[in-house]
Amino acid sequence: MNWDVIADNAGLFARGVALSLGLTAGSALLGLLLSVPLAFARGSALRRWAWPVAGFSFVIRGTPALVQLYLIYYGLSQFESVRLSVLWPALSNAAFCAMLAFVINTTAYTTEIFHAALRSLPAGETEAAIAYGMSRFILARRILVPAMLRRALPQYANEVIMLLHMSSLAGLVTLLDITGAARFVNAEFYLAFEPFITAGVLYLLLTLGLVRLFRAAEQRWLVHLRPRAA
Amino acid sequence: MDYFWNVLSGGVVTLEMALMSLVVAVVLGGLGAWAKLAGPPWLAALAQGYTSVIRGVPDLVLLLLLFYGGPVLINAGLQSLGAEEHLDIEPFVAGVLTLGLIFGGYLTETFRGAVLSIPAGQLEAAAAYGLGRWRTGWRIVLPQVLRLALPAFTNNWLVLVKSTALVSVLGLQDIMFRARLAAQATRQPFSFYLLTAAVYLAITIVSMLLLRWLDRRMSWHLERPAR
Amino acid sequence: MTPSNAPLPLQVQDLHKRYGTHEVLRGVSLRAGKGDVLSIIGSSGSGKSTLLRCINLLEKPSAGQIDVCGETLRLALNGRGELDSTDRKQLQLVRAKLAMVFQGFNLWSHMTVLENVVEAPIHVLGVPRAEALERAERYLHKVGLYDRRHYHPAHLSGGQQQRAAIARALAMEPAVLLFDEPTSALDPELVGEVLRVMQALAQEGRTMVVVTHEMGFARGVSNQVIFLHQGLIEEQGAPTEVLSRPRSERLQQFLAGSLK
Repeated sequence: MNWDVIADNAGLFARGVALSLGLTAGSALLGLLLSVPLAFARGSALRRWAWPVAGFSFVIRGTPALVQLYLIYYGLSQFESVRLSVLWPALSNAAFCAMLAFVINTTAYTTEIFHAALRSLPAGETEAAIAYGMSRFILARRILVPAMLRRALPQYANEVIMLLHMSSLAGLVTLLDITGAARFVNAEFYLAFEPFITAGVLYLLLTLGLVRLFRAAEQRWLVHLRPRAA
Repeated sequence: MDYFWNVLSGGVVTLEMALMSLVVAVVLGGLGAWAKLAGPPWLAALAQGYTSVIRGVPDLVLLLLLFYGGPVLINAGLQSLGAEEHLDIEPFVAGVLTLGLIFGGYLTETFRGAVLSIPAGQLEAAAAYGLGRWRTGWRIVLPQVLRLALPAFTNNWLVLVKSTALVSVLGLQDIMFRARLAAQATRQPFSFYLLTAAVYLAITIVSMLLLRWLDRRMSWHLERPAR
Repeated sequence: MTPSNAPLPLQVQDLHKRYGTHEVLRGVSLRAGKGDVLSIIGSSGSGKSTLLRCINLLEKPSAGQIDVCGETLRLALNGRGELDSTDRKQLQLVRAKLAMVFQGFNLWSHMTVLENVVEAPIHVLGVPRAEALERAERYLHKVGLYDRRHYHPAHLSGGQQQRAAIARALAMEPAVLLFDEPTSALDPELVGEVLRVMQALAQEGRTMVVVTHEMGFARGVSNQVIFLHQGLIEEQGAPTEVLSRPRSERLQQFLAGSLK
């Protein structure tokens, strides 16, 4: 096997790692911010809040991420109104389109995760908060959101890892993330194994890093759910 | 409008590939779960390595690796055995094998989780009544595994269906590939990708309904009798 | 015994509560003067928990009037035939004067005991953090949980959790303490530690309204016992009267059926 080529292109792969991490972190953060209010809307007793969110999340989770990416990156150019709009410079930019697609996708999954966590909170705790005079806003801010985020942590960890893996699609729309770098080397130097094995190893290491990170987070924030030591 | 039907019929190719991959995945998943639960330590370790790689690497990368690297490996192997043949794997087969391999990893965990969730008391009772390991596995464990695995299995299947979209990257003439051709020819990418999304959504909805029906059929014995 | 010109901590007049066609409370009135300890007893279905939960509007009554420290709760009938608050701010402030201890403790599980106790004083009453912490330490000492203040509720026994919940109620420095069957969810060995804390509070002169099955507490600690039957007060008076010389047949049956 020809590993020298990989070594020569180490910089390319390094920049690829940076881009993959950037896309993952950026999408995760934005998705997180959007999902907190959406989770409350999803659980609302009012149909006009709950149904649109449920519909959005069902459609996004029921279709492949690749289709969503292509719809944004290739599809939007179909409409003249889009091409002439002020958003066009952004929407014709591959990185922006990829990020937009990833944010929409992760928001749908994260909203479902947070909603399930919210529903699993003991009703008595909400009752106590109300009985002590907390307003709905304070109840949400001090009791519901912290408890919801903590309970969602294990599932959310999985989602962030899925997000890292989904970011590999960026390599299909001209971006030079880890996958894009591997495809470049594969095309340029006619190497079948080395670039993709390299990419695989890099993703594996990043995934392990994320697992470690979230396990540490669970140690810190999920103390209250561990069973009592006899 | 020919493009419309062309793209739609690509959906059949997609569905075929998903189903065949499922067969491969179920076989591998069953073997993997058995290896982890009841196999010798070295085999369990191998299975653990298998699932770790699958869960740690994006499907797209595994697909590209196996599609571009697989033939090289196989042909090298064939050559070392002295064969003159040169094997080319076509995208459909590559897709089925790769997706089967990937989702075999996920199903290993699904089946393993299902077996572990059988209440320990039932296995204790089986031992106390003298059922051997084989009989316990066949009459107590296996029938329940199918029901217990159903929720996670549904999830795995839906993810598998969505992953088939990636095989278009390898040149397979599935719905994604045809949508892309149609989009380029008619300059209407949005319309055709929307159609593609609709087809996937339809497959998702039908799958969910089917599996929900299956779940009800398998769980009737657990429901409380109506008073 | 309250001087006649000071407002009563709690006065409830002619409370009704209906669920569909079933009327759970059919006109209940009570008054608690400063330092009174009221025990509300009765069989299940008598409406005693509903009565307590209507006082702080966790349940919405169908009719009646509630006065806390002389202030009347502003209520109006909503679309469902229930009286709901028309002044959310007033409701919040009134609730802060009526701290409740629940059968299921209802401590906020992601917070430590200490955090649970300071939470409402800081975020509802606006008490500065330093003062809230000082209050918390004082009351945690009083209930005997100071050493466990950094524990999470799930890591404490039932009795400890309930004592923490009592400290949380005390930290609000309320006018009235409401107890909703505080020992019913506890293992028998743990009931005693909670009752001892409640007895100490009563001896301090706190105003308490307690829904309970513990006849020993009702007899020994409270100064007024109310026997509720099918949504109406059947008998009411000093413990020596009500519990030792029951007049109504139903109360006699009830007392004969209970363990103490």
